[in-house]
Amino acid sequence: MSAPVPISLVVNGETHDLVVPPRKLLSDVLREDLHLTGTHVGCEHGVCGACTILIDGQPSRACLTYAVQMEGHELTTIEAVAEGDRLSPLQQALHEEHGLQCGFCTAGIVMTFEAYLRDNPQPGEAEIRDVLSGNLCRCTGYQNIVTAILKAADLMREGQGA
Amino acid sequence: MKPAPFTYHRPGSLNEALELMARYGPEAKPLGGGQSLGPMLNMRLARPAHLVDLNDMLEMDYIREVGDRIEIGGLTRHHRLATAPEVSRDLPLLAEAARTIGHYAIRQRGTLGGSLAHADPAAQLPLVAVTLGAEVVLRSTRGERDVPASDFLQSIMTVDLADDEIVTALRFPRQAEGEASAFELFSRRHGDFAIVSVALTLRQDAAGAVSSLRLGLGGVGPVPLRLRELEAEAVGSQIDEAAAARLGRSAAALITPEDHPEVPAAYRRELVETLVARALLRAAEQEGAAA
Repeated sequence: MSAPVPISLVVNGETHDLVVPPRKLLSDVLREDLHLTGTHVGCEHGVCGACTILIDGQPSRACLTYAVQMEGHELTTIEAVAEGDRLSPLQQALHEEHGLQCGFCTAGIVMTFEAYLRDNPQPGEAEIRDVLSGNLCRCTGYQNIVTAILKAADLMREGQGA
Repeated sequence: MKPAPFTYHRPGSLNEALELMARYGPEAKPLGGGQSLGPMLNMRLARPAHLVDLNDMLEMDYIREVGDRIEIGGLTRHHRLATAPEVSRDLPLLAEAARTIGHYAIRQRGTLGGSLAHADPAAQLPLVAVTLGAEVVLRSTRGERDVPASDFLQSIMTVDLADDEIVTALRFPRQAEGEASAFELFSRRHGDFAIVSVALTLRQDAAGAVSSLRLGLGGVGPVPLRLRELEAEAVGSQIDEAAAARLGRSAAALITPEDHPEVPAAYRRELVETLVARALLRAAEQEGAAA
């Protein structure tokens, strides 16, 4: 039925039991039902990348997914990236390199590149720009975001070696 | 930008999914990665009463050799097509094209079967399927049938798919050893829908003359177009800059693109001319293209 259904969602390692209509977008359930408002909602048709989260560790558009589909999957949102006040190397690099201004797109960019840098620890600038094309930013002109991601990749490789 | 209400089904097996499609027929849509259907639902361009989620059908996420063909399951994601070593080895054209689809996050979810069933005239995978002569495998509770991709794709977002059928796989003829290939596209912004795209495979003889060419164009009509006249014209040519430019001009003369205020027909022809020449030169330079 299109009536609300009970589901169990695992978000950032915590299990939540909810009742949601099947048509409710995952982005809306995260924000409205779980109050995880770090995931931003821009275009709601998969173009802008602001709502990007991780589904089983892979970056995905929360606005093109229904919460009801996500039973049995592990979701990770921006709220899980920093450890308390300690920013992740990527977040720290974005801060230091002035890789954000209004911040609306930033959560989506962080989630995309936390996963990308995990799988591709030594990307070149061209690869970073290819991946970054999936996240629209109206403030920065992207240059400082690219610089920050290159710096984060260095920091993360050093962290691995240490 | 919220979808209309629907009933959600999450079958645990392909047979269960086919039963649901048989029961709800025209009221139901199978849901793959949702990277095309999702936007259509959000914008209410599609309002199915039932969604049949295929994402648990892991038996439809595979790449395997079947005789001289490579069979790829309908639920196989673009990212896997773009990165799997066996695709790069046996179907390099498919791997190269898959790397250009949308964006990184989109490629994690989007599926091969979904792209074929959606049949966007600007999409990469229908163009590759037509260029390589792939077959589309369709299943329903009534049985299985195989349709050549060129027959399956009928018009813009219109395919030979009955209300109760699901695209379960594609079968691609393996590219020959030493057969070069190239995929080129042009879009205004990186990752946008392509205005024109070109897919080709090329073989050259020991003297460097073209012995066979397969060339498909996307974005120049309602479905991907194989340019068989051009393929015949190219045989025997040495692909240098002059020959590539000549064949590019021939390709542009063979098409009748739509004249659109944002994309005039003349502009699309110029894109075809440039991209065909560029793809030919790139393929001709690939190691092993001369067999």
